[in-house]
Amino acid sequence: MKLTRRALLASGIAAMATPKFALAQAETIKIGVLHSLSGTMAISETTLKDTMLMLIEAQNAKGGLLGKQLEAVVVDPASDWPLFAEKARELLTVSKVDVMFGCWTSVSRKSVLPVIEELNGLLFYPVQYEGEESSKNVFYTGAAPNQQAIPAVDYYLNELGVTKFALLGTDYVYPRTTNNILEAYLISKGIPKEDIFVNYTPFGHSDWSKIVGDVVALGADGKKVGVISTINGDANIGFYKELAAAGVTADTLPVVAFSVGEEELSGLDTTNLAGHLAAWNYFMSADTPENAAFIAAWKAFIKDDKRVTNDPMEAHYIGFNMWVNAVTAAGTTEVNAVSDAMIGQKFPNLTGGMAEMLANHHLTKPVLIGEIRADGQFDIISQTEPVAGDAWTDFLPESAVLEADWKDLKCGMYNTETKTCVQLTSNY
Amino acid sequence: MRKTFLTRSPSVLIFLSLLALFTLTITLASQGYGAGLVSTSFVKTLGKTLCLCLAALAMDLVWGYAGILSLGHMAFFALGGYMIGMWLMYARTEEIVVASLANGDLPATAQEIGQGIVTQIFGVVGASDLPLIWGAAHSLPLQLALVVALPGLLALVFGWLAFRSRVTGVYLSILTQAMTLALALYLFQNDSGLRGNNGLSGLQNLPYVTASQDVVTLWFFWASAAALGLTYLMLAWIVAGKFGSVIRAIRDDEARVRFLGYSVESYKLFLFTLTAILSAIAGALYYPQAGIINPAELAPIASIYLAVWVAIGGRGRLYGAVIGAAFVSLLSSWFTGGRAPSIPLGFGTLNWVDWWQVLLGLSFVAVTLFAPKGIGGLFDRLAHVRAPDRKGAPLGPDDGSLQEREATE
Amino acid sequence: MRLVLACLLTLICALPLRAETAADILTANAELVTKASRQTIGPVIDALAASGDPAAALVLEAWADKRLGLRKSDGGFVLLTPDADGYALRDLAGADAGRAAKSEITELKPNAGVRGLIATALVQFTLSDPDPARRRAALESIAKDPKPEALAPLRASIALETDPALFAQKQRLERLLTLRFDPSSAERIKAINSFGADLGLDLRGALNPLLATTRIAVAGDPPADSNIARPLKTGRDLTDTEAYDLLVAAKLAPARLTLEAQRTALVANLSGGAVGGIALADLNTQTARDRAYTALETAGAVPQAATDDEATAALAAHRFYDIYTEADPAVTTAATAALKSIGQKVAAMQAADLALDAMSLASIYFLAAIGLAITFGVMGVINMAHGEFITMGAYTGYVVQLYVPDYTASILIALPLAFAVTFAAGVTMERLVIRHLYKRPLETLLATFGISIALQQILKNVFGTQARPLTSPAWLDGALSLNDVVQVSYIRIAIFVLALLFLTFFLWLMKRTRLGLEVRAVTQNPTMAASMGINPDRINMLTFGLGSGIAGIAGVAIGLFAKVTSELGTDYIVQSFMTVVVGGVGNIWGALAGATMIGGFQKVIEFLNPSNTLAAQTYMILFIILFIQIRPRGIIALRGRAAGD
Repeated sequence: MKLTRRALLASGIAAMATPKFALAQAETIKIGVLHSLSGTMAISETTLKDTMLMLIEAQNAKGGLLGKQLEAVVVDPASDWPLFAEKARELLTVSKVDVMFGCWTSVSRKSVLPVIEELNGLLFYPVQYEGEESSKNVFYTGAAPNQQAIPAVDYYLNELGVTKFALLGTDYVYPRTTNNILEAYLISKGIPKEDIFVNYTPFGHSDWSKIVGDVVALGADGKKVGVISTINGDANIGFYKELAAAGVTADTLPVVAFSVGEEELSGLDTTNLAGHLAAWNYFMSADTPENAAFIAAWKAFIKDDKRVTNDPMEAHYIGFNMWVNAVTAAGTTEVNAVSDAMIGQKFPNLTGGMAEMLANHHLTKPVLIGEIRADGQFDIISQTEPVAGDAWTDFLPESAVLEADWKDLKCGMYNTETKTCVQLTSNY
Repeated sequence: MRKTFLTRSPSVLIFLSLLALFTLTITLASQGYGAGLVSTSFVKTLGKTLCLCLAALAMDLVWGYAGILSLGHMAFFALGGYMIGMWLMYARTEEIVVASLANGDLPATAQEIGQGIVTQIFGVVGASDLPLIWGAAHSLPLQLALVVALPGLLALVFGWLAFRSRVTGVYLSILTQAMTLALALYLFQNDSGLRGNNGLSGLQNLPYVTASQDVVTLWFFWASAAALGLTYLMLAWIVAGKFGSVIRAIRDDEARVRFLGYSVESYKLFLFTLTAILSAIAGALYYPQAGIINPAELAPIASIYLAVWVAIGGRGRLYGAVIGAAFVSLLSSWFTGGRAPSIPLGFGTLNWVDWWQVLLGLSFVAVTLFAPKGIGGLFDRLAHVRAPDRKGAPLGPDDGSLQEREATE
Repeated sequence: MRLVLACLLTLICALPLRAETAADILTANAELVTKASRQTIGPVIDALAASGDPAAALVLEAWADKRLGLRKSDGGFVLLTPDADGYALRDLAGADAGRAAKSEITELKPNAGVRGLIATALVQFTLSDPDPARRRAALESIAKDPKPEALAPLRASIALETDPALFAQKQRLERLLTLRFDPSSAERIKAINSFGADLGLDLRGALNPLLATTRIAVAGDPPADSNIARPLKTGRDLTDTEAYDLLVAAKLAPARLTLEAQRTALVANLSGGAVGGIALADLNTQTARDRAYTALETAGAVPQAATDDEATAALAAHRFYDIYTEADPAVTTAATAALKSIGQKVAAMQAADLALDAMSLASIYFLAAIGLAITFGVMGVINMAHGEFITMGAYTGYVVQLYVPDYTASILIALPLAFAVTFAAGVTMERLVIRHLYKRPLETLLATFGISIALQQILKNVFGTQARPLTSPAWLDGALSLNDVVQVSYIRIAIFVLALLFLTFFLWLMKRTRLGLEVRAVTQNPTMAASMGINPDRINMLTFGLGSGIAGIAGVAIGLFAKVTSELGTDYIVQSFMTVVVGGVGNIWGALAGATMIGGFQKVIEFLNPSNTLAAQTYMILFIILFIQIRPRGIIALRGRAAGD
């Protein structure tokens, strides 16, 4: 009887191991899509999986790449961070994908990093993040803090005349890092430390009355208060509802959010939120022909006229097209060749202008600031010239001396003071 | 003359030999030392599954045998992972920092190395000094001792408080769940000094080891198998003896055991602490294979899953726990891997990624309702073992299932 | 550098400003207007306001409302009125200028800063405007950005004000501006004292700037004309490091040697494998480096750095003060006194506000837990799927709003419908699963957990992973505000009332109805109850359905103030169980006590540690664990036979 069990397990092993042989001679170029389709992050990541499928389908319709068809290998890491590492290893060693597009949270990226560095894989990471990282094997197509947070604060300081800041965030590494950078930046701009109020809440927080009350009370010393929100995901809904209920308007107490886009607003009635702000590198309302075509293609692909587009989708759009061009330029999908060809790649943004892949594996992107409209879209009220993504922030002393350059220095963490490469592979 | 322990429990020998055979087969088929038939990522999955089996063993002892439905054992599991993770992270970072500073103009001072390590581990979100909790992280023996000591101590204190106030049954379950949640929330805080939501990562890269992952993975696979085998042996020995009889009696009627003069609380406390330590050891072996540990691993739901594995495998029998954990976690991994074929139905496609959780949930219900003995019950059926005929309505495993065969020995 | 450039730009552009009509001014500054920034647009807006063109106010208003556009064909400015498929156009004088499609026009989108400037410029036109709404907007604009220049026109407009509410508002604003900007100190003090212990945020906002201080370090006595807030003592008011930094900043002392500077100096003086007579290899401790540096100092190779002794001496030789930027001591004294009396009242009000927050949170916990208090507390069934019932209730609300667009009606339909849906779900579950497991409570936990994850995934598959909107009716928008400190949103009040209603309903049901009697009988002794002619099966089914139904209603309420996702219930399930356990099982008052305690305790911790809400939750749970050690049966424990397991 126990033999039965053994046999069952053995067949299980066989089932897990077989793909390796079946895929030995690939006629297609395989693209791994590593986005959670279940669990807490599915809310954001499923859209990106669909975006990738759309881009791959479009590329295949154009005749594929290097004369081969592209094939998407979709896996579900189920919002489980260790599973990201496992699935990445599986994609690279079992499915033998040539490139991966994936991850959303920083922790999932940190989970995948050691695996792709060990196996020399290639990952395109499409989400705005906290920076302080540059891996040889990752291309960061989302915004670094200086491409989102700093311009937004400049807007507060210069345009709105805000002199007192409330930094509200969910307690994880992106808000923590961003807020630390912003705090240092604000102090360098002459804002005293006691005029910076910081609060961290858990994921999915819903009881906002006290925090909103605290923020309103900040105005008691006669300074203009502005809120910088790095609140993540669902928690925003309760937060904005409470703001609206407390009668906080964008005129009296503006909120600029870094994690609230078109998708998040679709879960809200935005009539009371009109005028609050968000900073991104892309808004669906951008008025360019490329964007109109992209939106039309997306709506056709997803077969839903109400679906919106957002910033990480644009990041995948740029990243994928740059990769296609780099592969064409290199004539191979071999990772090192493609990586070299990636640096310096240019591709038009959906919001106008050109995105360029820098030697530190970040993009140059324009920064857009939008005001929420009653229909859940954004009025773009400010668009900067393209800003070069900075892997190591210049506003904190310990990372100001660091630099990433994969072209000449061949190092992701180069100390310009001691002129040494601190580490070649990431220390996660 | 009494028979020896092993001859009395043939299942132990069968289990151990199967485990040895399994380990050998995988080793021979592996990429590290064998024919390369089985991918390293799958060996990792198997190694992790063995660790989960080990945790399930502990859970079975505390729940299946002693009737304490603890919803906190995955917290101990994760704590074990954190303890070993701290050393792994510290030592690896130290290696990098020392190597990097060696290129500098001046030889590095101890402070500079320490500072370098802190900056690397915490980036820009930590304090400039190493938090107190990392005090022992520089030393492998100390941190290994902590793997056992910290979860053990936590279980001891928590168990002492809970059992002393006679918190039992579902109340204890809820209390342990609260403990797990509190611990998870604590670790989620960036200020707790364990890197908050990001947790400890890159744990698969062992410091001072240059061997490839193909090989390292096998080392851990062997260690997990050895730990599982030894624990199985030890637990089988424990439950076969008088101690085993007492804890089963506690499960079946706690008050009666107390009136017979046994110190029920001490038995429970010992068991709770022992299983917490076993879970922690399992965790310490698991996370270097998983590569990352973060507070989400402590979510109360993980501990419930552990209970579910044991229930599906069959409570009150050690091999049941192992089968349950292995079966469900491997199946889960297969279904979420996207390799399970979608089933086209007339009105749409059944996509397993979407529906696997539903199937899993409903199968819990089915197992609880129709097969309270779990998969292990099938073995009874095959071996023609029947529950003793006690007359009256069947009361289920919680209400007195000490079997006659066990009672006579 | 950028600022200088910006200023230059402004100056250059300011040259052609003196034009006659609004249209001329806009056209002359087209570049500035289309890319308007608060930094540079000021002169243009001022010019428009001062132009005397009657159309100027119209243009400014349109611009602020994002109704000003640029015709792409000729670059001319037009006023826009959006309609179905484009814009109806008017020229800047207000005359009709035809139509244009959306693509032919660039809409100007001035940012909030520019809109603020426009509003300030419009004040002079609108402070005495016939339309009260405009007058109110003007007042708000002044209040938002108080300026001395606003004082005179404001005073002039008070006498003309006819609307009593606006009259009061104008008077208040006038006093607020007086206390900050009036040239006469006596007038200012009079204005300060006229408020008393007023709780308005605007008053504190006006008073606090009067008390702004700067921190100075001086060698001897402070400058004679300075208005000293307080002398500072090192060690008590500021640390030695802070004090020394102040000295360094004031160039009264040399900077201390940082470790990096020392390192750089040592490297620079490296010669022949040694520095200052110490071999390079030995420089791996801080003491060795210090010795090497001292040796270099002695040799004069590096500049002297302040030693600890010198730093201490420098600190002793200087005094530190906080100095008011406001020069008149009488004003600062009056402001301090006013703020002090306000502060006491604010503290009391804050306590009241905290109590309200706590009550609101408690009512939410209570509402989420009340269904559990029935199924778990009364029947002893652990229902892990309770959270999913809450979620189902919330989704019911969402679905109803899809079909019934009127929010009030939809909520009125959604509440009973949510009850019906989850009642049905509860009864089904009880019939199919739970009734087989009454004797195995721990296994109910597992089976219902299975149902919970299945339900959650099904909800995800059906409704998607995105959060869904559930909007409260307009009459629940906004907040009940007693003053600027104490306020609570209507939706929270509604939830509180709902919780009270259910408490009453539950008490009535259990104590006053046949069903309640039977439930209590079955709970205490099912066999005996059965022999008295009660059908325990039916009672169990109904009770479970009732508990589940209430969870559904709770779901609608929670969805109204937070989010509606498939994970909504998961957030409340552990908390709800703890509420019931802490309060005491088997007793509705217990659940109430538990919810009150947990809500209250959490708010107190949040108050003590406002920057970390996560920590508050952690400590709250720790507290619960300890509390259960002390009272294992909860706050309100059943006694006697009913307490038996």
